[in-house]
Amino acid sequence: MTPRLRCGVRLTYDRTRQTHVLLFPEGVLVPNATAAAVLELCDGERTVPDIAAALGERYAGVREGDVGDVLARLVDRQVVEWA
Amino acid sequence: MGVTEEVQGVRPPLGMLAELTHRCPLHCPYCSNPVELVTRERELGTEEWCSVLDQARDLGVLQVHLSGGEPLARPDLPELVTRASGLGCYVSLVTSGLGLTEARLADLVDRGLAHVQLSVQGADAARANLLAGAKAHDHKLTAAALVKRFELPLSVNVVLHRANHDQLEGMIALAERMGADRLELANTQFYGWALRNRDALLPTREQLAAAEPVVRAAIERLKGSMQVVYVLSDYYEQYPKPCMSGWGAQQLTVAPDGTVLPCPAATAITTLPLENVRERPLAEIWYDSESFNAYRGEDWMREPCRTCERRTVDFGGCRCQAFQLTGDAAATDPVCRRSPDRGLVDVLLEPPHGSGEFVMRGVR
Repeated sequence: MTPRLRCGVRLTYDRTRQTHVLLFPEGVLVPNATAAAVLELCDGERTVPDIAAALGERYAGVREGDVGDVLARLVDRQVVEWA
Repeated sequence: MGVTEEVQGVRPPLGMLAELTHRCPLHCPYCSNPVELVTRERELGTEEWCSVLDQARDLGVLQVHLSGGEPLARPDLPELVTRASGLGCYVSLVTSGLGLTEARLADLVDRGLAHVQLSVQGADAARANLLAGAKAHDHKLTAAALVKRFELPLSVNVVLHRANHDQLEGMIALAERMGADRLELANTQFYGWALRNRDALLPTREQLAAAEPVVRAAIERLKGSMQVVYVLSDYYEQYPKPCMSGWGAQQLTVAPDGTVLPCPAATAITTLPLENVRERPLAEIWYDSESFNAYRGEDWMREPCRTCERRTVDFGGCRCQAFQLTGDAAATDPVCRRSPDRGLVDVLLEPPHGSGEFVMRGVR
């Protein structure tokens, strides 16, 4: 199970608002810093443990469960799907 | 744990509707563009549109809807797609589908087009062509197939009215066959040309009652595969729509001649001093113009809006509708049951309804 952005969803950095934004048909979501860090690693190749490990190299105290939690919410928002 | 940030305070715009041209191969009676269209000679040129796109991105615009009329009528459309997507915007093409060939779409996708919104007038060719005033339906089937072949998200937009409500189920099925990711079922909102045809287009109470369970079932059944959005017929509602999510709050529209509108229908408010990108930078118009500040926030509100607990929900409704029906753009939207002018709407809902004969949108 490897998460990826759904068809038509794009993650980009908005320099006006100085934040990452998720763009999709008729919508804009502003992910918080944690969600943005996870989203950047959702390439359809990495698994949840891969993502947690990659984040662990940059931040202290990253737990796989928390990453899964964030992903579940992004799936609920229909911006991420499981490949 | 949440996944989004709340943004506070006065915000830059998120989206821009770029009406590249008013020229259109369809003649839909429900057209919400103004009765008086911008002629080709007065349209912004390529360099002017590029500047508008640059300014819009600087201002904070993330969603760019290339619309019209039919945006494919502009030979410089590919160039504008390149510009907008190069700036980092999410670029949607809002089209009738006419003129969308494989070669043209391949090029637009290559240039960064992100999403296509396709209009559909009816469930079958006979009805759809009658309502579009053109042999359009088969072109739309082709266009939808192309969009899916290029793996772009596809939105299908259906404007509902008295002359197609009976085909609601068929149009939902059509959108499914087209592989739409999103389906907008929008009851006609009465602006521009559509207002002229209101008597003939306003759905009946019976039609809306019949539609409700059909839409509810479709939303449930298609959850996860096709998002179904239903836009109510506001005349029949108790409270007004939250028009534009508030005036000058999230969106702006640039008309074909460069007029900058707080709402696509705002030319209807003849008392509003509109400004043009040919004369003033877009950022100044967004932040400082009289037109964008006229109905921003709550200071402009009078009773019953001023003290109403719903003012943060619907922002007093639609300014254009208030002007059209009462002559005063600062009045409460007369759709609201708390409006002293609600009677103006109620009288329109009472049978007998008009003959059902509408006037097609002319070429000009």
